[in-house]
Amino acid sequence: MIRITDLHKSFGTNAVLRGVDLHVPKGESMVIIGGSGTGKSVLLKCILGLVTPDSGIIEVDGQDVTKVKRDAFLARFGMLFQGGALFDSLSVWQNVAFRLLRGPGRLPKAEARAAAIEKLRRVGLTPEVADQFPAELSGGMQKRVGLARAIAAEPEIIFFDEPTTGLDPIMAGVINALIREIVEEMGATAMTITHDMSSVRAIADRVAMLHGGKIRWSGPVAELDATPDPYVQQFIHGRAEGPIESVR
Amino acid sequence: MNALTRPLAHLGHAVLSALAALGRVSRFAGATLAHLVRPPFYWREFLHACLQIGWLSLPVVGMTAVFTGAALALQIYAGGSRFNAESVVPQIVALGITRELGPVLGALMVAARVASSIAAEIGTMKVTEQIDALTTLSTHPMKYLTVPRVLAATLSMPLLVAVGDALGIWGGYLVGVTRLDFASSTYLANTADFLEVWDVGSGLVKGAVFGFVVALMGCYFGMNSGRGAQGVGGATKSAVVAASVLILASNYLLTELFFAA
Repeated sequence: MIRITDLHKSFGTNAVLRGVDLHVPKGESMVIIGGSGTGKSVLLKCILGLVTPDSGIIEVDGQDVTKVKRDAFLARFGMLFQGGALFDSLSVWQNVAFRLLRGPGRLPKAEARAAAIEKLRRVGLTPEVADQFPAELSGGMQKRVGLARAIAAEPEIIFFDEPTTGLDPIMAGVINALIREIVEEMGATAMTITHDMSSVRAIADRVAMLHGGKIRWSGPVAELDATPDPYVQQFIHGRAEGPIESVR
Repeated sequence: MNALTRPLAHLGHAVLSALAALGRVSRFAGATLAHLVRPPFYWREFLHACLQIGWLSLPVVGMTAVFTGAALALQIYAGGSRFNAESVVPQIVALGITRELGPVLGALMVAARVASSIAAEIGTMKVTEQIDALTTLSTHPMKYLTVPRVLAATLSMPLLVAVGDALGIWGGYLVGVTRLDFASSTYLANTADFLEVWDVGSGLVKGAVFGFVVALMGCYFGMNSGRGAQGVGGATKSAVVAASVLILASNYLLTELFFAA
């Protein structure tokens, strides 16, 4: 479904991606792990066209993403941003129904609102939240609204950028479980980036570790603990000592 | 590089940076105009921007105009009395307000109020990834954020200038009648007889240009905001400074164009 070949991206003299190769099969949940600043978010943004790669090929269903019609291409995606990225000036239901209210397939306002409330219910929020504004919600509720917005238009591919960052462990568990349920229910292809190992175990079918601008290891989540790769072992066990340099 | 050539190198670097910035702003303006004529157009955002930029700027523009007209009347009376020309107060107030002070001071007040808020809002949207979110939701940020604001400012500003003209002349009239012993009917008749359509019209055209500049600078610096609170603060400051300088510079150019002998 998504195939990335020899992807490079630098910001000035900082080479973030140095030849990433990755394949995400249709209907699979791929989790990308790696330390802060290793280019996980840049990788997602390259796929979506938010960041232009220096070189390399990104294909979705065999089509080069630079040669497809942008609107139709983006309509296949949903994305949950790290901080939620909810629009402050719009109410919760208008955020969730943003895509449903605009574009060629737009719905009448009442239908879009009903669809938004249904998605809010799916992520565990009551209809009373619909008319509130994002600033009135807690961090966990904002994540849920972001999740509802990401799935509102029933996308084929969903990206989750650090879905549990800033949440307490219980709320993180709730969000992880919701993501897994929704991805399975929709049959969507999912790509999640995180450094939270509880998210990895809850969400992933396959895991890939990004280090030094390349995919260091990838495989089924069941093989993660058994891999002898010292980089993976250091990361998943959170050890200060090991081949990954840590700044103290 | 020696001590002689170093200043030249700095000067060259500064000139190149300024030209590059001008190029970036010009490209941004071109992209805004290109998106303006291509669908979709977001009417709701446009009407909201009209309310924020036009309607809610009325108090500040109105008060600026009233006090400017009043002070202008006093100044012209005091200055004119040196060569027995006190009687030209109504005419000079009308001319000064409609051609220059109404559009320029009104636009500077709008720049302070609107360019700053647009830059801060869009800058915050950028650092909190809301601009990226718009793109992933198949909505072009230029169409959704820039076009409605620039069009609203360009259309609202002439209306604000027209209101400012009326209130500025009224400010001068109040001072003329209550402090300078002008007869009410004489003051009004002198104002009406002296003013020409182009005196008012040129100010309205200036207002449209200034409105375009104000919103464009707010959007440009917001879209190019740096990271964090400092980045947004810097974008806000730059938007107000750039809008104010461009208003004054374009005012000179437009005055040359409209009134040069």
